[in-house]
Amino acid sequence: MSRLYKFPGGLKLAGHKTISTRQPISKAAIPDRLFVPLGQHIGSPAECTVEKGQRVLKGQTIGAVTDYVAAPVHAPSSGTVVDIQKFPAAHASSLPSDVIIIEPDGKDEWLEREPIPDITEMDPSELRNLIRCAGIVGLGGAAFPTFIKLNPAGHQISKLILNGAECEPYITCDDMLMRERPHEIIDGAKIMRHALNAAQVIIAIEENKPEAIASLQALASELDWLQIQAIPVIYPTGGERQLIKVLTGKDVPSKGLPLDLGMVVSNVATAAAVHHAIDHQQPLISRIITVTGSGVRSPQNFEVLIGTPISDLIELAGGYTEDADRLVVGGPMMGITLKTDATPVVKASNCLLVQTPPDHAGEAIIRPCIRCGECVKVCPVKLLPQQLYWFSQAKYLDDLQSHNLFDCIECGCCTVVCPSHIPLVQYFRFGKSEIWKKEQETIKADLARERADAKTSRVERIKAEKKAQHAARAKKNAAAADRKKEIEAAVARTKAKKTADIDTAINQNTEN
Amino acid sequence: MVLTILSLGILASLFGLLLGYSSVRFRVEGDPLVDKVDSLLPQTQCGQCTFPGCRPYAEALVKGETEINLCVPGGEDTITALAETLGREAVPLSDEHASHVPSLAVIIEEYCIGCTKCIQACPVDAIVGTAKQMHTVIAEECTGCELCVPPCPVECIDMRPIKPDISSWTWPQPYVAYGAKN
Repeated sequence: MSRLYKFPGGLKLAGHKTISTRQPISKAAIPDRLFVPLGQHIGSPAECTVEKGQRVLKGQTIGAVTDYVAAPVHAPSSGTVVDIQKFPAAHASSLPSDVIIIEPDGKDEWLEREPIPDITEMDPSELRNLIRCAGIVGLGGAAFPTFIKLNPAGHQISKLILNGAECEPYITCDDMLMRERPHEIIDGAKIMRHALNAAQVIIAIEENKPEAIASLQALASELDWLQIQAIPVIYPTGGERQLIKVLTGKDVPSKGLPLDLGMVVSNVATAAAVHHAIDHQQPLISRIITVTGSGVRSPQNFEVLIGTPISDLIELAGGYTEDADRLVVGGPMMGITLKTDATPVVKASNCLLVQTPPDHAGEAIIRPCIRCGECVKVCPVKLLPQQLYWFSQAKYLDDLQSHNLFDCIECGCCTVVCPSHIPLVQYFRFGKSEIWKKEQETIKADLARERADAKTSRVERIKAEKKAQHAARAKKNAAAADRKKEIEAAVARTKAKKTADIDTAINQNTEN
Repeated sequence: MVLTILSLGILASLFGLLLGYSSVRFRVEGDPLVDKVDSLLPQTQCGQCTFPGCRPYAEALVKGETEINLCVPGGEDTITALAETLGREAVPLSDEHASHVPSLAVIIEEYCIGCTKCIQACPVDAIVGTAKQMHTVIAEECTGCELCVPPCPVECIDMRPIKPDISSWTWPQPYVAYGAKN
């Protein structure tokens, strides 16, 4: 076992994990209708490639990429496209987004798939393209397209870290995956290692998951490139930067990427999805999700098709208890409260947490900040949450940026320890989105200024050209008039001369 | 004595030459303050401030000829920023009833007669088309200034508010009443 390091701050939280690990992963039935959003990932939403009324097969691409940072979406089951419409998304805003609604026919008929040849012979870029076409995104929650992460971009990759820390309370989907399907993760790791040309793969797991560690260890012992590493239980050790710090002692630079240190971090479930995509030619159409909390009757993990309505899953988990009053997608620390359970499961949904009043009794009455500094002590990124809070309240966007707001990982440690119960992370999210909005406005204003300047100068140029034309014409006219006068004068002179000549001739004649 | 006068004199003329050269070499074109003020304005070029665009308003502001509270699309944020930059007191928006809804001009193409009047009115060249041909608005470049609406003889230009979607949504400012429940 290699030496481990510590990251600053962090919290020891009650896990609440065992309530959802008592039962094995169960396969959720195909729902009556599948609601597949076109934008489930970071980047541009996919573009719909099917029409209303069209029959689709399981695994068929129904949304194509339009941009580099994007991922396609696939039909989770065979059936008919009944509608393409706006539907509330599993997003903090609950705003509608484009969703393809499929009515499954129950046959679950696969699209014809071609086996992929031996990947060890394959060019890494070709492999990345296959992963891209399978619509794979990071399943830890951020949903960043995986093929981009698997591009070493000229860096020498020393370590591929597979993140099985799962540090947030209540969530157990990665734990169950590691316990029940360790070979999928290791097969995926092989493929990802090849794509990155990485020397070593580390699977990092928190110590509170001994079953997961044991099941992976049993397969890893004969592989010299793979290391299973148990790490101390401290929240948020599963954060990308925190995990790198714990494993290697290195800090990822503020505006840098793990790639700058020759490392790539990916979730264990993403590795399993890569295995399905390459070894079985199955695009990302299902995932494992934890349905848990004191507000559901039978908490457990489900393997569920993307697009299944959340309400169906809650039903499968025994339904809500009487006092259930809050539905969160994600964990209690970083999750987002949903207004409705009609929204579907997307690629990024790792957990559905149903809470009851005792769960959020801690969010008592909000009081003013007393500058106690507790938040500073627990911040894993060494920020000054109390200072950022003031700046965010006053909308001092420049100060927020100079105090590195964008390094905040929104882990929620500061909010948990705040004795005044100030919802600090909400302020930071607000500050971040204000800065982002301002940037967008500046870009738009710069474009408008450029175009307005161009128009003004063009109008002026045309005016000047017209004026010059007028002047030139006037000059020409004047010149022509002058010439005419000259000719007239010359004619007059000649005439005068002629008359004079005749007169002289007459005079001479008379003299003679 | 003579040496002192001579050396100081030479030094003075050297520095004088250096200053003279720098003033020519590093000359700043235009008034940099105008650029700064202009960068604070939203560049909709709508003319609601009574000036024919954002830059003319910025120029008038720098000369101290006008009030800082005339920009309707910029609203309170712009007034605050202008007050800070120009060292003047922030005042409420001049037209308190004016509200700015970010919107987009849309030409109803079946009614367009191709008169090019809107093209001439658009301050940012965001309308394409030619005489007796249908015109259309380039959505990404439209600032929503509404200047194309009055010249249209057939009233075929609609101002449509931009609906918030997930990609442009921003987190609301947390409203905290001390003593209230979170």
